[in-house]
Amino acid sequence: MNTLKNALETDKFIITAEAGPPKGTDVQEMLHSTSLLKEKVDAVNVTDNQSSVMRLGSLGASKLILEHGLDPIYQLTCRDRNRLAIQSDLLSAHVLGIRNVLALTGDHTQAGDHKQAKPVFDIESVQLLQVISTLNRGMDMNGNLLKGKTEFTMGATVTPEADPIEPQILKFEKKVKAGAQFFQTQAVYDTKKMEEFMETARHFPVKIIGGILLLKSAKMARFLNKFVPGIRVPDELINELEKSEKPLETGIQIAARQINEFRSICDGVHVMAIGMEDKVPLILEKAGI
Amino acid sequence: MIVTKQKPIEEIVKSLEGENNIFLVGCSVCADECQTGGETATKELIEKLKTSGKNVTGFAVINAPCHVLLTKKDLKVHKEAIDKSDAILITACGACAQSVSEIIEKPVRPASNTLFLGNIERHGHFHEHCSMCGECVISFTDGICPITNCAKGLLNGPCGGMNKGKCEISTEERPVDCAWVLIYERLKKFNHLEKFKNIQPAKNYSKHIKPDRLILERKK
Ligand code: SF4
Ligand code: SF4
Repeated sequence: MNTLKNALETDKFIITAEAGPPKGTDVQEMLHSTSLLKEKVDAVNVTDNQSSVMRLGSLGASKLILEHGLDPIYQLTCRDRNRLAIQSDLLSAHVLGIRNVLALTGDHTQAGDHKQAKPVFDIESVQLLQVISTLNRGMDMNGNLLKGKTEFTMGATVTPEADPIEPQILKFEKKVKAGAQFFQTQAVYDTKKMEEFMETARHFPVKIIGGILLLKSAKMARFLNKFVPGIRVPDELINELEKSEKPLETGIQIAARQINEFRSICDGVHVMAIGMEDKVPLILEKAGI
Repeated sequence: MIVTKQKPIEEIVKSLEGENNIFLVGCSVCADECQTGGETATKELIEKLKTSGKNVTGFAVINAPCHVLLTKKDLKVHKEAIDKSDAILITACGACAQSVSEIIEKPVRPASNTLFLGNIERHGHFHEHCSMCGECVISFTDGICPITNCAKGLLNGPCGGMNKGKCEISTEERPVDCAWVLIYERLKKFNHLEKFKNIQPAKNYSKHIKPDRLILERKK
């Protein structure tokens, strides 16, 4: 089985993809699209109630993906659990064989389908990374000894095109200090912007996995520009999609092209296809992977 | 001060179901500022109650009913009207309502929703800036509370939801600045970005356990 840990330890160009757990108990589709990725990716991110929409949990889904022969990256947000639940879930993840965690603050409950929920945010991403580091050293966050420590590889996220960018970079540095070993970025469509970010990131001993988000149409691109923080699809790409007779195919080509551009810039790519996970193998194939 | 907003009249009337004789208690401090429980607002509410067929036995607008001792004294003169009432309707905050329920053996009904501890930006404009967390941390931000002004109460910088300086919960109708962009700008202005770089530990929520209390030692 390919693992993220192996990929991080070598100079290999890292490939990760994403699996969105279903809203419900039918996991067939999720497992089908992830199984297409076997041996093609190093690990698969399993989202945690993404966009604050209640779904099958990332812990359970990560375990299933592991059983199906892929290395899961267990995404863990601070929105729904306090520090007891978070640490306890991390111990559960460890005993289930999950070895990668992506520490996230999480979207606000206002974004999702349970707006009436009490958001928790007892701790946040930087503190969560510290907590995981501590569990890896065999202690809980209050310094109590654990009977058996964890061995997590820790990741975090960063938005290279955030506006303003400086506070985001300062937080990136804090995440590194707190123990992040790899970063997956928000989708970046402008290679120059990625290069600029990498000039800063290169000073830190972490791997940067560039975010690639499949564009399905010009409409989607405009939607991203308008509503998704930190994403900027350049006009040229929107035009390209607009002119295309088969926008999805064009989107796949754009994604493949981007993967190739990122090859010489960052340490890997994280391919997100939101609902079209079955297209990821084709994107990778077109990129020659 | 404590910001309150009057409940819809239908809800107030519904809460008084089966209770015909009503005595009102208002507040001439916070609730007056919010136009929910001063003399004017209380009288207006009395009119609405009468229209809905309620009998108002009397009312008292007290200078801060959250002061239990003074409220007890102020309500004494209304004993007769209160005794004749089926319920007490409070046109002040929830804390004041409970001063009254501590003092008077009658069911208490709130006429307002209690919203937050607010600053008065200008007349009728209230903004929340402090959540009374029990351990103030704004020295590391040079004076902006991240617990309250950031929708997620983050302590270490902006989340990925920040967009062009706005918070992810921001909408066109209700724009909200990202607290962490404001903090960043403030720290930068004072040449204190080093403070931003320090990792702030997880908040100690045991500093404020509900219901909290504080008893001062008597000065000799
Ligand atoms: S940190 Fe914020 S919530 Fe806590 S006391 Fe200070 S201003 Fe209030
Ligand atoms: S956008 Fe800024 S204010 Fe809003 S939740 Fe994120 S960090 Fe807090």
